[in-house]
Amino acid sequence: MPDKKPISSVNDFVVRFANVNGSGSASANEMFARAILRHGVPVSPRNIFPSNIQGLPTWYEVRVTEDGHLGARGGVDMMVAMNPQTWDKDVAGIEPGGYLFYDSTKPMPSSKFRDDITVIGVPLTAITNSTYTDPRQRQLFKNIIYLGALSALLDMDPKLIEQLIGEQYKGKEKLLSSNVHALHLGRDWALQNLKCPIGLRVKKSDKVGDRIFIEGNSAAALGAVYGGATVCAWYPITPSSSVAEAFTAHCKKYRHDPETGKAKYAIVQGEDELASIGIVIGASWNGARAFTATSGPGISLMTEFIGLSYFAEIPAVIMNIQRAGPSTGMPTRTQQCDIIACAYASHGDTKHVLLFPEDPAEAFEFAAAAFDLAERLQTTIFLMLDLDIGMNHRLCRPLKWDDSRQYDRGKVMTAEMLEEGRDFGRYLDVDGDGIPYRTYPGTHPTKGSYFTRGTSRDRYARYSEEGTVYADNMQRLVRKFETAQDLVPRPLQANAERPTKYGVIYFGSTSPAMDEAIGLLEARGHQLDRLRIRAFPFHSSVASFLAEHDFVYVVEQNRDSQLRQLIVNENGIDPVRLVPIVHYDGTPITARFIAKAIGDHQDHLKVTPLRKAVS
Amino acid sequence: MTYIAKPKFHHPGLKQNELGYTRRDYEGKISTLCAGCGHDSITASIIEACYELSIGPHRVAKISGIGCSSKTPDYFLGNSHGFNSVHGRMPSVLTGANLANRDLIYLGVSGDGDSASIGFGQFAHSIRRGVNMTYIVENNGVYGLTKGQFSATADRGSKSKKGVTNTDNAIDLVAIALQLGATFVARSFSGDKSQLVPLIAAAIRHKGASFIDVISPCIAFNNHAGSTKSFDYVREHNDAVNRLDVLVGRDPIAVDYAPGTVQLVEQHDGNKIALRKIDADYDPHDRLGAMTFLQKHAAKGQIVTGLLYVDPDADDLHEHLNTVETPLNSLEADTLCPGSAVLDKINASLR
Repeated sequence: MPDKKPISSVNDFVVRFANVNGSGSASANEMFARAILRHGVPVSPRNIFPSNIQGLPTWYEVRVTEDGHLGARGGVDMMVAMNPQTWDKDVAGIEPGGYLFYDSTKPMPSSKFRDDITVIGVPLTAITNSTYTDPRQRQLFKNIIYLGALSALLDMDPKLIEQLIGEQYKGKEKLLSSNVHALHLGRDWALQNLKCPIGLRVKKSDKVGDRIFIEGNSAAALGAVYGGATVCAWYPITPSSSVAEAFTAHCKKYRHDPETGKAKYAIVQGEDELASIGIVIGASWNGARAFTATSGPGISLMTEFIGLSYFAEIPAVIMNIQRAGPSTGMPTRTQQCDIIACAYASHGDTKHVLLFPEDPAEAFEFAAAAFDLAERLQTTIFLMLDLDIGMNHRLCRPLKWDDSRQYDRGKVMTAEMLEEGRDFGRYLDVDGDGIPYRTYPGTHPTKGSYFTRGTSRDRYARYSEEGTVYADNMQRLVRKFETAQDLVPRPLQANAERPTKYGVIYFGSTSPAMDEAIGLLEARGHQLDRLRIRAFPFHSSVASFLAEHDFVYVVEQNRDSQLRQLIVNENGIDPVRLVPIVHYDGTPITARFIAKAIGDHQDHLKVTPLRKAVS
Repeated sequence: MTYIAKPKFHHPGLKQNELGYTRRDYEGKISTLCAGCGHDSITASIIEACYELSIGPHRVAKISGIGCSSKTPDYFLGNSHGFNSVHGRMPSVLTGANLANRDLIYLGVSGDGDSASIGFGQFAHSIRRGVNMTYIVENNGVYGLTKGQFSATADRGSKSKKGVTNTDNAIDLVAIALQLGATFVARSFSGDKSQLVPLIAAAIRHKGASFIDVISPCIAFNNHAGSTKSFDYVREHNDAVNRLDVLVGRDPIAVDYAPGTVQLVEQHDGNKIALRKIDADYDPHDRLGAMTFLQKHAAKGQIVTGLLYVDPDADDLHEHLNTVETPLNSLEADTLCPGSAVLDKINASLR
């Protein structure tokens, strides 16, 4: 018996699987997460993987959370330790009173365990080897066998897992029945040899509702399909490659002409990120909706073209699935570290529109909106995801589409408009919103052509190095950026129950951890108003929020509090009032971290000033 | 020179092409390049070729990178859209533009700095993808706009205007284009319009990646003794293998050639070009032969010009991608968006 009382919890615990990369564990682990969802209990899974294909350690963490806290929690209640390489660290990481599940085929010295945890040994290798002879089968079914054992230990309904296996291997009877068999091998062994269930239990609930379970990258790619993207050019880079791969898969399903079988899209894997953005710019210049997906190093390479897009006013959509930088950084770890790099990308005076979705549902919506914005504003739109949203399945509201929605193709002068004698100046601000009209190449035999260039030119696109002409154009670009403020998704504000002088600003994948942290902070007696920023340029409500609060915490996942820098810079406010709360070790930010950092700062602020105490 | 407005009036008797346009309708702004620049002759040749082919003067997308050559699209086809993009990146911009609207004609204009140095990769990859385009390199072996540095096509041993000898090996873009699978490969000389105009016209007619390397002497920085890209040097070492006549139309008009000296090449669209052989043994359908021929003659210091290789049945990137005939840029939500019913099904599959 452990010398600490075993943790007892229903529908609220964290299970972490420690595996070897390439061992086929991913699908069994994902099935575990889905099976809990089928019990009506929300889960939040996370892949923690190395920049490697086979051999290095990988972890899969499932937070089971009836309350629907979808951020990472921190700590592990049950470790499924399948990787000898990381055993010591994995065992050390278990919460006191937690559980260790391991393959007990080979005896382990007692020094390899802990006294304050419950150790559960299942002879997985022995069971597998006595049932299967093929090495690959042994490897794969071992994963299903531990899934079966876990189902018994955690009191899960095996019917729900069988149902999932049935869906996964629909039409492949042999695979279906052998997987179900393996599941029961593990489950039966556990039921016969172990005390089931343990203190951690899954109980049927109804907290999942109609929510869906999807990765952010896939949702963003689907948003591109719905948003009318026809050209995609990309270069493989973790963690963004699955955007282009998902776009390819979605297009194969939904974008072929039923009669001719021909593709209503073009996808090119470029030779590098420079070519990818070049293809996007060329296609957009010629009137197609085009995008690329990349990550930090790709953004660095694309910056020259991004400046061209800004200055020559060519639409482009760049999905940046952020990972830890700088340089190659930690390619498989998450961060929100390209805020400044994207907001001011390229040489000279530039500013770009950034969108910050919080989850796959917003990734879908913002991806589709990005194409409207790019054509409306004739500039680059960044969709700022990160690895945490992009490469993990996240429970989110169902995706929605209004069938009456038409694409906003922006200000495009047609042959008819030119025929009518409309004055066409490619860089002429006819409406006062800083946005000029453009024409597509090949529109009219004698009217509306112009020469696109990255050099300075006048309102009619004629080359000019006149200072006044240049400044006039740069000022118009500022006006256009001001117009963008009211077109991009607005910040969402949620106020504390009682009026407070303290506020917190956050964005993107920090969202679920922040929502949970608010509860923890309230329990500590701290009231905070919240503002979730969803885009740059900042809407005027950001300035109002700052004015209404004495101190505003800015929570983000990078070292240099980049969003805070951007807020200070763009709003010209006293930086002292903006308190950075930063988390940047490459793991997703947690509610515990936020609550501690803000809570400690709040406690510190509440020291009674000396003068007041005296008087 | 840009302050001089180009006069619009022209001789009333100026000849018109099939579409009723005159040569003037294919002109652009006044060139700002040096007087006597080889590039201006190429500009004139492009105008001539487009006029003769009776292309709608707005149906070409002219795309370039950065440099003297890349400025030239402003000087021809003023009714067509032009895009002076980023140094060395014309091929990717052109590829994207081509994907967006397969109905236009894509003319990429680049230089030796733009294509053989900073843009060598993009040059290579646009060709290996088979983008339907005419890719012209205006090759002078020198960086003109930055005043006379060697480019990557400058021959080893050639001298700069300041007397420096180039010690780096030269890149032969024609040899590379052949190796990469370009389906129309030619070399010409800006000083030989009668050879160049039909080559440009045939390249435009060709479906697939057409590449033309045009030696185009830089009058300011690379036209001295010791240069291998000067007017004098190129004239002396020009070894033309054939000369082209573009015969628009499916039935070639009878041309008075000596028997056995003319080869008719049928293009993808059914039009024919007549190739007047100068070197009787040269076969422009033999890619390997062309590569060997080129190397042998280069070793002798000769500059081989003419239509070096053509594959009349070539396909292009759109065929590889199986894209619809309708230009992608004209598709709207009704055909692109799968709609809410499909989305409901997708949602259901994600639970």
